[in-house]
Amino acid sequence: MNAIIFSAIMGVVMMFTGILTNKKPVITLTAIVALVILLVANLLNSYGIFSIQVDTKELLHFNKMGMFFNTLIIAGTLLFVLLSGSELEKLGNKTADFYALIFFVLCGTAILTSFNGMLMLFLGIEILSIPLYILTGSDKKNLKSNEASLKYFLMGSFTTGIMLMGIVLLYGATGSFGLVGVTNSALPPSAGVQSASFLQVAGLLLLFAAMSFKVSAAPFHFWTPDVYDGAPSVFTSFMSTIVKAAGFFAFIKLFASNTSLLGPTWSIILSFVIVATLFAGNITAVFQRSIKRMLAYSSIAQAGFMLFALYSNNDLGTEGIILYTVAYCLATIGFFAILMKVKDYTFDGFNGLASTQPVLAFVATICLLSLAGIPLTAGFFAKYFMLASVVKAGGPIWLVIVAVLFAAISAYYYFKVIQAMYFKEGQPETAEIGQGFKIGLLLVAAAIVLVGVLPSIVLNCFYF
Amino acid sequence: MITLLLILTPLVTGLIAFFLKQGNAAKNFALLASVATAALSLSAVFAQGTLTYDASWLTSIGSRITLKADGMAKMLTLLTAVSFPIIFTAIYNNTYKQAASFYGLMLLSQAGLMGVFLASDALLFYFFWELALIPVYFLCSIWGGEKRIAVTFKFFVYTFVGSLLMLIGLLFMYFSTADQSFSWQSFQAVQLSAKQETVLFWLFFVAFAIKMPIFPFHTWQPDAYEQSPTATTMVMSGIMVKMGVFAVIRWLLPMFPVAAAQSANLIIVLSVIGMIYASLIAIRQDDIKRMIAYSSIAHIGLMSAAMFTNNATAMEGVMIQMFSHGVNVIGLWIIADLIEKQLGTTNMKELGGLAQKAPVMAILLVVMALANVALPLTNAFIGEFLMFNGLFQYNMVMAAVAGISIILAAVYTLNMVQRVIYGNVNATTEKASEIPFNIQVALVIITLMILVFGVYPQPLLDLTGDSVSAIFVNK
Repeated sequence: MNAIIFSAIMGVVMMFTGILTNKKPVITLTAIVALVILLVANLLNSYGIFSIQVDTKELLHFNKMGMFFNTLIIAGTLLFVLLSGSELEKLGNKTADFYALIFFVLCGTAILTSFNGMLMLFLGIEILSIPLYILTGSDKKNLKSNEASLKYFLMGSFTTGIMLMGIVLLYGATGSFGLVGVTNSALPPSAGVQSASFLQVAGLLLLFAAMSFKVSAAPFHFWTPDVYDGAPSVFTSFMSTIVKAAGFFAFIKLFASNTSLLGPTWSIILSFVIVATLFAGNITAVFQRSIKRMLAYSSIAQAGFMLFALYSNNDLGTEGIILYTVAYCLATIGFFAILMKVKDYTFDGFNGLASTQPVLAFVATICLLSLAGIPLTAGFFAKYFMLASVVKAGGPIWLVIVAVLFAAISAYYYFKVIQAMYFKEGQPETAEIGQGFKIGLLLVAAAIVLVGVLPSIVLNCFYF
Repeated sequence: MITLLLILTPLVTGLIAFFLKQGNAAKNFALLASVATAALSLSAVFAQGTLTYDASWLTSIGSRITLKADGMAKMLTLLTAVSFPIIFTAIYNNTYKQAASFYGLMLLSQAGLMGVFLASDALLFYFFWELALIPVYFLCSIWGGEKRIAVTFKFFVYTFVGSLLMLIGLLFMYFSTADQSFSWQSFQAVQLSAKQETVLFWLFFVAFAIKMPIFPFHTWQPDAYEQSPTATTMVMSGIMVKMGVFAVIRWLLPMFPVAAAQSANLIIVLSVIGMIYASLIAIRQDDIKRMIAYSSIAHIGLMSAAMFTNNATAMEGVMIQMFSHGVNVIGLWIIADLIEKQLGTTNMKELGGLAQKAPVMAILLVVMALANVALPLTNAFIGEFLMFNGLFQYNMVMAAVAGISIILAAVYTLNMVQRVIYGNVNATTEKASEIPFNIQVALVIITLMILVFGVYPQPLLDLTGDSVSAIFVNK
């Protein structure tokens, strides 16, 4: 409960900060302090010290897993602000409001990590989404940003409708909004097989479509490239990591107990979605000229891998999604921080970066290796756990081979950036880069390698 | 402990090398580091019995840092440890842009190679397998020839796909083990159905076949060898291809004996086709580097055929040949590099008459060339003899066809010697001069190894004897 309450309060605090001062560094510093307080509050909560108790009438259920995930999300946001805060300050005069919106997003994610029924899921998704629509359009003078915002808003609202419809159908079928209630109220088992009514299946499928939209899984991914490309880079970084991870967590939690209702059809549908997502993300990413768009498609591709946790629905998958979140957030936030320092977002804009900015190029390389899933980086174990969970769940070998082949394709576009930085000549224009920023980046790189060599550091926290 | 140090020394010194000043500092440091590793490796070779090291790593998923140095591993770590000082000595006069990074990456690739040969835990093995690949990717792409980027990328994608297929195999094996562990012992103990075994066998085999490389997985190799900086080519052709051979012997054959026996015919046929095919192409090459690359494919083809004959004699041959081929091919590359540095070309059409200009080099090149042909009294002879012997016992026809490659090897190698050393000096070779001292040192060490092991291969046979008998006792 701490995370929900504190994030909401901090959001309001940030709004007041905007009234009290217009010095941007002060605002950023306030946001950092607020995030640290939020992080500490959540950590204390997970150890049972100073935890605010509210009777949530079974609408929310707090467990260690959820709290740990909150910790990851808040820590990820902290990392994001530390590395990209200065970029955020450059976007007009509403810095404090942007931070306030980020805190409201965190409030939404905190609800998503603890929802215990459809209503809370819906609330969480909406609390998370509405600030994002605004953040996407925050670069008011940029037409692309406006377009992206409108597109995102319209598509998001439409999805909201689908989600509500799904919830309604489930309620109609079972008379319950609860996560457990929906499962338990299935038709009485006939011949030992628990089966679902038509309404239930339809409801679940609608929910599945809505959640697929939120995590940009194919075939509901079409908004992603435009929105990611149009939004200011600093928010793309936030949306494609923190928000996406939270969406996945909710997705998995929602379907973990319900998959048995759909029977074998479920795994067929999901395999189709996974393969389609991997295909759409990876193949299209290969043809991009802008690195930012490439990252948008790669984020779709990564979603394909993350869906394996949903497919396998076992402890290895849960551990995997935690590790994936850590690996993916570290690498993507790190890489976006670098991307924003380079003036030209095309591949050619990165030509020769290694000779002009060796630290940036080095950290970017580590981030890209991690995204590609090369051993000794966090991304390897993230992908490893995903594949392992499918094998453990008895998934078909072809699915694993397809995933692996797409991972090889992904190496193509990630390495194109490395090639540009190291092997091509050029004088890329970069913004001024401070010592602190470089140290921050090097710490990110160190963290990626550390998790890549000893993933148990993260996983042991999970079982604290 | 020595086993751990064999990996840590190049790893740590490699990381340190990145932070050294450019120029001579990095060069000298790397040379010293590699000599230290070589000394460690020699002490490992002279230590009795199998050396082991064990420490916990990822307890939750059953992977440990388990290192094991039996005879075969000792021999290959010795090859790795000895090759690097030789390579560093040979390239001592070269100046590289960003020398610190160059030597750092070289040492890191050495650490990866050491790890591959020592790991007795499958996940650890996979880690080192990739660790050896990544530095080489950067080495080739930054310091290579004109077409380096595209060529190295092809090499990277090939090996990466292979590695990923192996990863799937590892996962399936892991979940089939009784104790959910990645240890070598647990992997050997897995009981699989015939169908499973066949599928898994091929998943692993493709990864190893790409690395060796054997026909038809070889297409990345000639370009990569040609475009890479020569020091890296030496590592790739001298040591890295042995990773594939080693992996087949250490992991593949004991894990899937039934599938291996079933697929043996097909693989041997492919290997023999590869030998003849590569030899014929080698004859047609005008470029020394490409000729050596194709000749290497032919030699590896013989090793891969011999491995699958299920014959102890052939296996002994493979062991010796892994070492001999590594040393010899490095010698050939050193000379090719020297010619290119001095004359700006490795095209045989433009060369000739070097014996008059550089007699010492001519003599050394002839020694390397004869070793490449596997003439008796050179180290390659005994290896090839044992392998052909085993292949003959397996299938006479295939041995006979494969035997043609010996003749073809003589054709292209001696042709190269004739076109490069003999004949008249021309405008290009006019500027040739005698080889520098450092390269002489490197080549003389190699020549000594060629001759010593050619006359008296027993130490190598003794060293690897336990590994060979272990393979055949278990059957």
